Amino acid sequence: MEVEAAKMIGAGIACTALIGAGIGIGNIFGSYVSAAIRNPAAAPQFFGNAMLGFALAEATGLFGLVIAFIILFT
Amino acid sequence: MASPLAQFEIKTLIPLKVAGYDISFTNSALFMAITVVAIMFFMIAGMRKGALVPSRWQLSVEMCYEFVANMLHDTAGREARKYFPFIFTLFMFILFANLIGMLPYFGFTFTSHIAVTFAMAAFVFIGVTIIGLAKHGFKFFSLFLPHGTPWWLLWLIIPIEIISYLSRPISLSVRLFANMVAGHTMLKVFGGFVVALGVFGFAPFIFIIALTGLELLVACLQAYVFAILTCMYLNDALHLH
Repeated sequence: MEVEAAKMIGAGIACTALIGAGIGIGNIFGSYVSAAIRNPAAAPQFFGNAMLGFALAEATGLFGLVIAFIILFT
Repeated sequence: MASPLAQFEIKTLIPLKVAGYDISFTNSALFMAITVVAIMFFMIAGMRKGALVPSRWQLSVEMCYEFVANMLHDTAGREARKYFPFIFTLFMFILFANLIGMLPYFGFTFTSHIAVTFAMAAFVFIGVTIIGLAKHGFKFFSLFLPHGTPWWLLWLIIPIEIISYLSRPISLSVRLFANMVAGHTMLKVFGGFVVALGVFGFAPFIFIIALTGLELLVACLQAYVFAILTCMYLNDALHLH
């Protein structure tokens, strides 16, 4: 296989890290919404935590994206 | 059409060489200067009157202050108060950098460079470690030993804790850098769709408007995350679990 083609495939595979990030973000907001429905009065207190969890989960997926960029452009 | 990554290119504005080192004034440095000037204008001009009944501008300055002060107090406790200026500076710097970077045509996001974010993260990491060592001395290393670990797991837990501690500056810097790069690249890629589709370009154009809103959210969120993680690390160093 040519190196160029292998790089493209590798970058594509590296992007599969976003599967986990998608599951994680869906989980966080799903849990947040179900918690907010059970106890709407307490929802604003969790919102900061939900946002923090969202950012942390999103970042793990983006690490995969960075690896894809490194593979493609080096 | 230019590559979606062309927006991150660093251009030299004023070439400058000192003792063999290239310290040219680049567009990255220009935007750092703009960010600092914008923050100083926002803070000083907003608080110039210092009225008891604040104007809208003064209120927004006070909101930023109180937001960071509450965050620091809630996560790191009372003793962390003396590190407030540092956390506040960090938060405002990243927030303004991200928001100024969102300006179309003109903006350059210097937080999309790992050199910038890693410098900040390394500063936080080294600073926090020195604070912890100065406060607790040799006891600081009990940070790597969570309470209630069974003795037969020690050989596994301690290396994991040490590795997770050492990877903090990497995860802290890559998080901010990757979010900025991914967001801005995505906007440029969708911008390419608008041009390529001609008349039907209005569909991705509407999507770009929504994405810009998301990117503004991410810009604020990443500043918040960077600041709150710094607070958490500070809390670890001050209170050792």
